[in-house]
Amino acid sequence: MAAEAAQRKTEAVAGGAPQALMSVRGLGIRFKTSQGVWQATRKIDFDIAPGERVGVVGESGCGKTITGLSILRLLPNNLSGLDGSILFDGVDLATCSARAMRGIRGRRIAMIFQEPMSALDPVFTVGHQIAETLRVHTGIGKEEARAKTLDMLRRVGIASPERRIDDYPHQLSGGMRQRVMIAASLICGPQLLIADEPTTALDVTVQAQILELLRDLSETSGTALMLITHDLGVVAETCTRMITMYAGEVIEDAGVDAALVRPLHPYTSGLLRSLPHLSPRHGKLPSIPGRVPSIADMPNGCRFRARCPHAVAGCEKEQELRDAGGGRKVRCWRFGELDLPGALQHAATAPIAAMVARP
Amino acid sequence: MSATVTDISQDAIVSVRDLQVQFQTSDRRATVKAVDGVNFDVRRGETFGIIGESGSGKTTIGRALVFLLKPSAGAILHNGVDPLAMPRKQFQSHRRDYQIIFQDPNAALNPRMTILSSVLEPLELARAGSKAERLTQAREALDRVGLPQDAGDRYPHQLSGGQKQRVVIARALTLRPKLIVCDEVVAALDMSIRGDVLNLFAELQRDLGLTYVFITHDLAVVSHISERIAVMYLGRFVELGPTEQVSEKPLHPYTQALLSAEPRPLPSGMRGDKRIMLQGEIPSPIDPPSGCRFRTRCQYAQNLCAEKTPDWRELMPDHWVACHFAGRPNFSPN
Repeated sequence: MAAEAAQRKTEAVAGGAPQALMSVRGLGIRFKTSQGVWQATRKIDFDIAPGERVGVVGESGCGKTITGLSILRLLPNNLSGLDGSILFDGVDLATCSARAMRGIRGRRIAMIFQEPMSALDPVFTVGHQIAETLRVHTGIGKEEARAKTLDMLRRVGIASPERRIDDYPHQLSGGMRQRVMIAASLICGPQLLIADEPTTALDVTVQAQILELLRDLSETSGTALMLITHDLGVVAETCTRMITMYAGEVIEDAGVDAALVRPLHPYTSGLLRSLPHLSPRHGKLPSIPGRVPSIADMPNGCRFRARCPHAVAGCEKEQELRDAGGGRKVRCWRFGELDLPGALQHAATAPIAAMVARP
Repeated sequence: MSATVTDISQDAIVSVRDLQVQFQTSDRRATVKAVDGVNFDVRRGETFGIIGESGSGKTTIGRALVFLLKPSAGAILHNGVDPLAMPRKQFQSHRRDYQIIFQDPNAALNPRMTILSSVLEPLELARAGSKAERLTQAREALDRVGLPQDAGDRYPHQLSGGQKQRVVIARALTLRPKLIVCDEVVAALDMSIRGDVLNLFAELQRDLGLTYVFITHDLAVVSHISERIAVMYLGRFVELGPTEQVSEKPLHPYTQALLSAEPRPLPSGMRGDKRIMLQGEIPSPIDPPSGCRFRTRCQYAQNLCAEKTPDWRELMPDHWVACHFAGRPNFSPN
């Protein structure tokens, strides 16, 4: 019965297209290279509801960053084509004019990156850079912009913002720079914040602070969060839904708890099992054999097939992102018959579980 | 693993006494005390983990252990002997026993050299055996770390990140070291291959009787592979003990906060909500706080903590801590 209730809840969240803040359908990105046209991602489908916090996880090269960038059309010059649609509040970001895009970028959808130092201009004060965003998009006066900037710096937890507002980026620590980036990204009150590995360059104690800040700001201001990361722990701590990508495709889309406890795709399960947090201490760590197929030479059918312990005849057929019930989706035709281990397999002996098991 | 625990002889392969490593800032106006008074022994055959955040001095310790950096004060003894007191020739051949592996294999491998010549290089420098013998040894090392036969003829860019890290491991193995310092060796690798490389380290240790000093910021990695863990903060150890003790019953408030800050890939119901949120960031090692260096971020800090540097005490057997209040009732958040 609890399962049914949970199912209804996730269905309400996943919902249909009308409730979604953003609906991505069939998104694919192609690049021209010296070796021909490469398909970086394809058939990307997902929705983000207003105020929802969604984690996009995957390993390097899976296409998670380029998916984030394509939403804001921040794509490199060797782009060869963008397929599909990105419906954001009735506007298709994949096809809208550059002018319309400029009205959305930074104002209604904002983005922050891993390395705040390279995103901030070293020759302007942080206050100037935050206020600039606001003035470009709203045209308000200098005084008012400064007041709002001060208020925003306070909200992102910068101590003595009156002093810090006139600091240059190099005068701030890594954690404070990322807080400044968050302030700049949220100053126009966007409906969606795309955060690409926002805490990867930070120490773990500072990472905890920044993740808490993102969670709080998203809750209080109703800003939806699309958190791109390789770290399943970060997703578990911050998000409610988890989209797993592999070799340019979405392979699983589920509530975070459901994906962690009972992953439906063998890749998600393999990733979870390979984490040292979740294996018995000093034991042999399970790993996924082989490596990600090259972008220039993608196999037909399931792209995980060559590394999958459950691959059988039939996996070479084209795989669709199937509805798995309960608001979950998975790109594996065998999901119904597989019973895959998740995060709790070694709960009794894994070090992380031992830490949590204390009252 | 329980079998190996009994085999560990208690003698030290490395002894570190009052180690200090200092650097001048580029304008030469200030001194950075990167390592400021650290004492520990690494026992033969164990994996000794050092964990800390950036700027804690963990990498500096690692480099000093293999004498890539000279200690400003204190001593590092290899097998009870001070290598710096050795004649130059002897020192050079002695160093072969103490190797170091770094985080980024791309920076460690020359892109214009084939994998085989990279692995051969240390043997050639050491003038070990005949040319044919060196070639055999290099091929064996590549085989040992699980690389395919033809990998030797390839160049670094033709290998994946995990394979390149294996090459670097093979190269460190060619001189048959006794100890390897591993500095963030899996940090640059993707999750799904990290396990493979960690398994390889464990296997090589079992087969070759290696000792590791494993330096990382990743709690999960260090607690998986190490027998003992040292926690470092601003140039000093704050806690040192058996892995189970340190990760499950941490004594120092910083260790407690570090463990609590670790994002856990667990469903919401299992994560628990008691999180110790530290304020601010690690202070500058140019001008560290007086007394206990963690006091500026510590929720239990008292006047005493600013006045007096806490002693390095063995509060429980083999479990050391530098905190005035550790071990008192009602001190731990657990």
